[in-house]
This record gives sequence, structure tokens and C-alpha cells, in this order.
Amino acid sequence: MEVLVAFGFKVYFPENHSALIGARKIADDYIPVANAVGYSPEICSYLTSDIGAYLRNETPLKDAYGVSSIPKPDVLAVNTNQCRDLYEWFSFFGRRFDAPVFSIHPPKYLDEVEEHHVDDVAVQYEDMIARLEKMTGERLDEAKLKEAVALSLEATELWKGFLDTAVHVPSPLTFFDGTIHMAPIVVMRGLQIAVDYYKQLKAEMDERLENGIAAVDDERFRIYWEGMPVWGRLRKLSEQFVDLRACLVASTYCNSWIFDDMMPDDPIRSMALAYTKVFVNRSEPAKERYILDEIKRFKADGIIFHDARTCPANSNASYGMPARMMEDHGIPTLTLDGDLNDLRCWSDEQATTNIEAFIEQLEER
Amino acid sequence: MFAGIDVGASATKCMIVDESKNEVASAVRRTGMSLRKVADEVYKEALSGAGLEPDGIKVVATGFGRKNVDFADSIRTEISCHCKGCYHHFPRALTIVDIGGQDTKLIRTNVEGKIIDFKMNRKCAAGTGAFLEEIARRMDVPLEEMNGLALSSEREIEIGSYCTVFTATEILSKIREGEKQKDIVRAVFGSVIKRIQEMNPLIGDVVLTGGVVAHNEILFDLLEEALGREVLKPPKPQFTGAFGAALYAMM
Ligand code: SF4
Repeated sequence: MEVLVAFGFKVYFPENHSALIGARKIADDYIPVANAVGYSPEICSYLTSDIGAYLRNETPLKDAYGVSSIPKPDVLAVNTNQCRDLYEWFSFFGRRFDAPVFSIHPPKYLDEVEEHHVDDVAVQYEDMIARLEKMTGERLDEAKLKEAVALSLEATELWKGFLDTAVHVPSPLTFFDGTIHMAPIVVMRGLQIAVDYYKQLKAEMDERLENGIAAVDDERFRIYWEGMPVWGRLRKLSEQFVDLRACLVASTYCNSWIFDDMMPDDPIRSMALAYTKVFVNRSEPAKERYILDEIKRFKADGIIFHDARTCPANSNASYGMPARMMEDHGIPTLTLDGDLNDLRCWSDEQATTNIEAFIEQLEER
Repeated sequence: MFAGIDVGASATKCMIVDESKNEVASAVRRTGMSLRKVADEVYKEALSGAGLEPDGIKVVATGFGRKNVDFADSIRTEISCHCKGCYHHFPRALTIVDIGGQDTKLIRTNVEGKIIDFKMNRKCAAGTGAFLEEIARRMDVPLEEMNGLALSSEREIEIGSYCTVFTATEILSKIREGEKQKDIVRAVFGSVIKRIQEMNPLIGDVVLTGGVVAHNEILFDLLEEALGREVLKPPKPQFTGAFGAALYAMM
């Protein structure tokens, strides 16, 4: 992102487009279209929603902003620190628009990120920059890159400050607020506008703290959310938790956009570190340590794992983590079967009962 | 007096108990399309069976239709109610397996009867009552005869598929291979047990409960065979949820 900003590109994020499709509950119109041309129903439903919408020549951007179609890219840039699906998704558009796909493939599933990992990724950044220079016919302006990284760092720290207000009991925000306010930190890193946005937001949270305003009236339980949001059920779930007087105080998902390793003085290596270090790219033990720390920091009473059918990368319920959390650390856990966008994998009935029963379990503890 | 009403996916149950937690009356009906109506009917039936008036009786509703019982004083999920009901009969750490019409639940409790964790089957019907109904229909066996047929089976065969549709296809090939109906039916029950074993480790004392096992004793045999030890059976397994709800009404 920061590199592209430094080159003066306008950056468009298909992921954000997909989340919009999901939140508007229209993903199920598009996923089958992508399935029909060979993209499996078992792979990322961000990918299948977005490609399906493109093939149908439709976009929710029309209603929202009067933009009739997704923009035609000159270049696609992708980091596979989260998963392979992203790469395949961008490659689809690369073929469609006859545009090059430049990619960074960091080493995967790291326990600790070490110097040689950073070296590897930094070289890949250099390579990407060289290709971009060749393509644009312009040299990278280092001052601009430093500026972009500085702005990213500032935004990311404000974002962290915003999320961390939830450490307070009762919390002034919920995970659902996080999923709405995360857009700038995802798509506007490196730009002043993200900094301005989070300054305002942080100020509002501080005001809430000062006035003792809680996100959930009479907060009884504090819960950590592990996994993707269920975009088409944000409202329904947030209302259910309010009714149960339980607050989803924190999530790995929202935290994943904290990149506080960025250093304007060493932009490339620090980006390499920050983007390689992301939670999704880490080993099971590293993930476990991280979640345990966060549970403690946010004083959570339990964890809900969202096992998203089409996103194994972001579903940490698959390799025994919930059982370990419970057996080894005594933390009550619940696993919800669902999906980020594909609501055919989601059962309102089962989810409602599971959540209600989980709260009953916490009540009787 | 205290009443529990369990509006399940296929049957609605009501149980009324006295202060000493003894059953006074119970009633059951098919749930059908009108949850309000059926809840009202089973309640009235149980009341008249005991010669009681509704005044002064505390009611807790449970089951998937719990929110539709407007005369209930409060609601509780079937997970908590099954747990409460089973623990009353077997007061120790338990692994409770509730095979219901639409879903199967596994609940683990500690020695005090508090829930440690619970799991529901994934969205597929395999391993639930709905699965057995579907297979019975496909095999042209009346549902009530499935248990008897399976008990008469003398040959063990395997059905391994993960989902209802694949199981149906697998059955077709068993029929083509000339396997006997009774042996296939037994294997179908066996696959229900396998699905359950995949959900969570069945440790300690295992209780099997719910409407499906009330009508299909074979499931006890098969689970005992799979685990190599005794499986506990609450009295009137179909009513465990309603009984647990009545116990909550007492609290
Ligand atoms: S991490 Fe999950 S949601 Fe994100 S692109 Fe990969 S599969 Fe899709």
C-alpha cells in the first residue's frame, strides 16, 4: 500500500468491495456465478462474491457512490501474508484487464519473525519497486515513501488507541463498531485522511470513557471474537449480544490492522517486518500466545471462534485451538460455524441458540 | 408446581413437577406449524392430566420454539435444560449426548453439573433424527419399525459417508450388492453413532438422551459397543429437556 501511494497510484481494494457485498447481504447472488465458472464454493467467499459480481457486471458501489463499475487497474499488487486465495483473486483480474500482477510472498506460519525472514521480504519489496519503476518510467521518490510509512504508522497507532479503549470495563465499543470503523486503516493507509479519521474517532471514545458511556448497557460479560466477521449478520448479532448484555470487547480481526512496527526511517525493512508479522501468517503457538495475552488484557470471560467455512486462513478453530484454550487455560470457548460472506453456510437458528447457551454457561459458572 | 415446555423441531413436550421434583404429569405432541398453539395444547393436556389449574404454576420454555411460548415466565436453551435434567438423574461429571429432530448436541459438565462446553452438529442433518427420517423414507421402512429391524440384524456392514445425500447413495449401492434391509438399517444407526463420536471425545459417564433415542433403543446398544462401557439412560429420555426446564422454573 505505502509503496503504491508513494508512486502516486490510486489504490482500490477488492477485499473492501467484497465486505460491502457481504454486509449488503447480496453475496449469495454472486457466489454461484463464480462457482459456475470454476471457482469452488469451498474457497474464499470474498473472492467468489467479488468475481461473481464482476461477471454479472454489478456492484454495490452504484447505490452507495454512483460508481457504475469497479475501476480498471493498471497494475495489481498483492501480499500473500494472509492466504493464497488473494493471489488467485487478483490474478483473475490481471487476466481480465490484461494488467500485471506483482506479488510478495512472505515465508509462512512463523513462530518468530527473524532477520532472515525480513531480508527475504525486503528483497521482494525491492523487486516490486523495480518493476513498478520500469512500468511507470519513474523512480520511486523515497521521501514520499517515508511520508506514507509515517502516515501509516500514525494511523495505526490511533487505530490501536481506539481499539484499546475497550480494555476499560464497561467497554465503550464493541467488535461490531470495530468492523465498521476499520475501513480507513485497511484501504487508506499512508494517507492523511486515515489519520484525521482516527483522531476524531479516538477523541469520541475518550469522551465516552470520561462520561462512562458503555457500548452495551449493563455489561455482564466480555467476550473475545476470533475469526472473520459474518458480514451479513452484523446487526443481528450485535443486537443479540446487547440483549444478552454481553460485549464483544476485542477481536484478532480488528487488531490485525495494527502495524506498529513501521519505521519511517527504514521504510522497506519495517514494512517487510510489519506485514510478515501479521497474526494470520504465524504459527499455532504464536497465535495461541497472542490470543491469551489479548484475553488477559481485555479481561474477557470467554472466546467465540467463528469457523468460517470458506476462510481456513482466518479460522483458528481448525487445529485444536478451542480445545487447548479450554483444557489448558480454562477459558470457556464456543465455536460458531459460519462464513464471512456465504450465508448459505450460516444458520441463524443454530447460531442464536449457541450464543444464548454460551451466555447461560457463563452465567452459571 | 412447576412446568417445563420443550418446543422441539419435531415434538413438543411438557412436564409438570412438584416441589420434590417428581413428575406430576406430562404430554407430548407433534410440533407442526403453529408453535404457539402446540405449546398451549401440550400444557393444557398436562394440566388436565394432573387435574391442575394454571394459576400459580411457574413455566419455563425451552427448545427451538422457546420464544414462541408467550405464557412462559422465562426461557432457557435446550442445552442448559438437558444438562439440568440429566444431572438430576446422574449427579456427577457427565458427557451428555442429545439426539434431537434437527440437531445433535454434546454437552460436557463438571461434577457440579455446570457446563464445561457444548457442541452442536454442523449444518448437515447427518447424525440427527431428520437423517433417520429421510433414510427411512428412502428405504420405504416406517420410522417406527427401524429400531426393531436393526435389532434383528445379524450381519455388520459399514456406512461411512459424511452427509445425508451421500449416505442415501451408499445405501443404494448396498442394496445393489444384495445386502439385507435389516443390516443396512443397523448400519444407518451405526453411522449416527460415528457422527457423534466425531463431535467431541466421549469421556467419563455418557448419557444418551432426547426423542430419537427414546424411540430407538438400538442406539444405546451401538454406543455401548463403540465405547466398550455402559451408557446411562435417563427415565423418559424424550422429556429430559422439559424436565430440566421445569427444574429451572423451580429456581
Ligand atoms: S484471508 Fe480469508 S477472507 Fe481473506 S482473502 Fe484469504 S480466504 Fe479470503
